[in-house]
Amino acid sequence: MSEQEATIDGLKQILREVAGQADGVDLEGDILDRTFEELGYDSLALLETGSRLERAVGVKLDDSTLNEVQTPRELLAAVNENRPVRFDAA
Amino acid sequence: MSAPVVVTGMGVVAPTGLGAAEHWAATRAGTTRIRQVQRFDPEGYPSRLAGEVSSFVAEEHIPSRLIPQTDHMTRMALTAADWALDDAGVSPEEWPEFDIGVVTASSSGGFEFGQGELRNLWRRGGAFVSAYQSFAWFYAVNTGQISIRHGLRGPSGVLVADQAGGLDAIAQARRLVRRGCRISIAGGVDGSICPWGWVAQLAGGRMSTVADPAQAYRPFAADASGHVPGEGGALLVVEDAESARRRQVPVYGEIAGYAATFDSPAHSGHEPGLRRAIEQALENAGEAPHAVDVVFADAAAVPDLDRAEANAIRKVFGARGVPVTAPKTMTGRLLSGAGSLDVATALLAIRDQVVPPTVNTVPRPEHQLDLILGASREMPVSTALVLARGYGGFNSAMVVRRAGWAGPPEESERSER
Repeated sequence: MSEQEATIDGLKQILREVAGQADGVDLEGDILDRTFEELGYDSLALLETGSRLERAVGVKLDDSTLNEVQTPRELLAAVNENRPVRFDAA
Repeated sequence: MSAPVVVTGMGVVAPTGLGAAEHWAATRAGTTRIRQVQRFDPEGYPSRLAGEVSSFVAEEHIPSRLIPQTDHMTRMALTAADWALDDAGVSPEEWPEFDIGVVTASSSGGFEFGQGELRNLWRRGGAFVSAYQSFAWFYAVNTGQISIRHGLRGPSGVLVADQAGGLDAIAQARRLVRRGCRISIAGGVDGSICPWGWVAQLAGGRMSTVADPAQAYRPFAADASGHVPGEGGALLVVEDAESARRRQVPVYGEIAGYAATFDSPAHSGHEPGLRRAIEQALENAGEAPHAVDVVFADAAAVPDLDRAEANAIRKVFGARGVPVTAPKTMTGRLLSGAGSLDVATALLAIRDQVVPPTVNTVPRPEHQLDLILGASREMPVSTALVLARGYGGFNSAMVVRRAGWAGPPEESERSER
């Protein structure tokens, strides 16, 4: 996949693929401002999600960014502000 | 004298079936599940047979959340743990979190998952390796995932002793329960039927290369040619007997005795450690040899190891002195899943007063074994001895027996699992 804007739909797809969906959480709804913790994703799930987003969009986030973002809106903003950067094997 | 520690639940995921009921029905009937490997293409490898858990579909048993972060053997272990807790009537969310712990055994870890990530590393680069590789391949992962899934914070651990580990884990659970933990989920669910796991096991030199599923795994036979590997196992709910009585739940039986020994180096000329393990386990149970109704053999199907096991059994029990069986001839050797599955099977034998058979083999007369062949044997069973040996010299022996208090009278029928 080449460089493109990270979208909430793309993020939802990645979340489903890399971390599944917690019981009682509806990813179809508006999740932009819900915290990843509320959505049932722990730090490792977020790390894996970040890694997949980086590859999809062609950015490289620094590690502290992934530790700081709390919500999908913040994560998408961080990714889109950072792009574009070359990515070795995407 | 320590207080009795009993088994109040079991979860089985084995080639012989999903759930204890399916496993027991197939095992009693002597149904072999050894066949050509399906999980990967075994053409090109000298060994091509396995006992696979072919009917297990992970998505039907565990949440989607856990699929991307788990190896196949962990998915089976999570399922077995769920069933064991259900069977014991334990809903962990209703219990104090420090009252329940987990002790599992593993031989190597989540090899299939690890192989996939190694492939990603080599072919595509480090950025393509899953963050879950950090634990999904790890031998301690089953204990961790079961603990996290059910919020269990009681004393927990992992044992690695190849095939002997399944018994060692149950013994460790018994120790922890005696020290005050009310319940421990214990045993092994294992397997690495993937190319990486396959070459690792082939290197051990004990896998059969015979092509015919009915001839490949023949423990104690004159033409024994090594074993067929399998996958799966069993997890047990191990509980303080007084706790079980207070809860008024049915009891499968007591973990009455256990011992583990280690072999001297092969060139030392010393007798292998299995006989000592048997004698010490009996002593630990406070039982004499004549009290043992049946022995579940390790059944290596390697001539030297078969001879060592037959010698150990004969020295303790006398020539043809005790019925012996090896239901693992139907499943293959399940690594650390073997010991706990044999314990589950032994407890079901005690419940139903019938011992399942050993299939596809005929023992050498020199072994002087009363091996139960072909069909189940109906007989009184109160006490069983389970043996398991691991590559490198591990010997474990466990005595299980009918519990002094076996549950409330109105609940003599167990649930379907």
